[in-house]
Amino acid sequence: MPIIDIHDVTHAYGQGRMRRTVLRDVSVRLDEHRIGVIGANGSGKSTFARLLNGLVIPSRGEVSIGGLSTERDARAVRKLVGFCFTDPDAQIVMPTVQEDIAFTLKPMKLGKAEVAERVDAIMRRFGLHEHADHPAHLLSGGQKQLLALASVLISDPQLLVMDEPTTLLDLRNAQMISEVIAGLEHQVVLVTHHLELLEGFDRVLVFDESRLVCEAAAPVAVRFYRELMA
Amino acid sequence: MSELGLYVPGNSIIHRMPAWLKLLALIMLGVGSVFLSSVAAVLISAILVVLLYALAGFRPATALRQLRPLLWFLVFIVIVQIWTKSWQSAVTVAGVICLLVMLAALVTLTTRTSALADAVVTACRPLKPFGVDPERVGLLLALGIRAVPIVSGFAHQVRDAQRARGLGASPRAFAAPLLVRALRHADAVGDALVARGFE
Repeated sequence: MPIIDIHDVTHAYGQGRMRRTVLRDVSVRLDEHRIGVIGANGSGKSTFARLLNGLVIPSRGEVSIGGLSTERDARAVRKLVGFCFTDPDAQIVMPTVQEDIAFTLKPMKLGKAEVAERVDAIMRRFGLHEHADHPAHLLSGGQKQLLALASVLISDPQLLVMDEPTTLLDLRNAQMISEVIAGLEHQVVLVTHHLELLEGFDRVLVFDESRLVCEAAAPVAVRFYRELMA
Repeated sequence: MSELGLYVPGNSIIHRMPAWLKLLALIMLGVGSVFLSSVAAVLISAILVVLLYALAGFRPATALRQLRPLLWFLVFIVIVQIWTKSWQSAVTVAGVICLLVMLAALVTLTTRTSALADAVVTACRPLKPFGVDPERVGLLLALGIRAVPIVSGFAHQVRDAQRARGLGASPRAFAAPLLVRALRHADAVGDALVARGFE
């Protein structure tokens, strides 16, 4: 399990009078299996998630995953860290289910037979095999999120970062996705507003006004967050 | 059934043809279309195109549906041609455009996007010494095809939002939010590609 090391990170978007600091002085070291991230809108949690695979390089400080710097070793970090976005439509690149999953394997230059085998295996695992040739835009919200997840997991990352994967889903699909997440062997960092998803999580980080204000086991952190928002 | 020319699985002879052959045939037919100069030639060609659709397992209605996005453009072309030349010229020019669009749609209806992208990548490989990145061109094609239903969905959402607010058909009120959404989506897709290891 790769160790996530965030050292003295501050990050701001924009310049001059438009400059907005979204993370301030964040330092944390994480090696747990299940890590939750919660906070109000605009508190900096999505930026924190994006730090983990180098989508955001901090204005100040250092982020390393498994000893690899997200700035200097970006390619290697992205092989280690899979990322699921809130809106699966932005993440699904190819028009059909099968093609989108196979797309992730393209840089690996695998043979056609191996690609087909791996794609078929993951489609079966996520119940997508009946939709293999289905246009991605016609899938339900839950199926789209499953497809996005399958497309990430096929490259076998060690750490999976998910930025509010259930926010756009109805209750049934959200439950389905949460069950899938619970069944993953991977180390997971889950950013969410659905506090019930964090049940049993080893560690939960609470962000407020760009600062990491609490890090504790799920029940303590969730209670802290509820009191903060009250 | 796809209304937007997206791949429809099948096992017809046209489905099984290699993507490069279909693209080559499309280019050659495109070049050959300049010789269609009479109404009779256009009508015979139209029958042949509908037969190709039948051979691929599609009804004539599917062929006609591919023309829906072109409707206003075709109306404009026909009016201009009748105004400046003759009704025969209007039928010929609009007919050739329709035939080419239907043929192009037949290629995308019967070919996986990944196969099309691979064919384009192979075709672009000789251009590598001139600075062209073939993989990037293939990716561009795939993203373009994937963007069609997404942007179409945005357009529907913007129109619905306008109606819900009781606004009339204002081109500016339609174009501005559509453009903003499309740009935001492009930004998000860029992030997703980077996250998936494509830079």
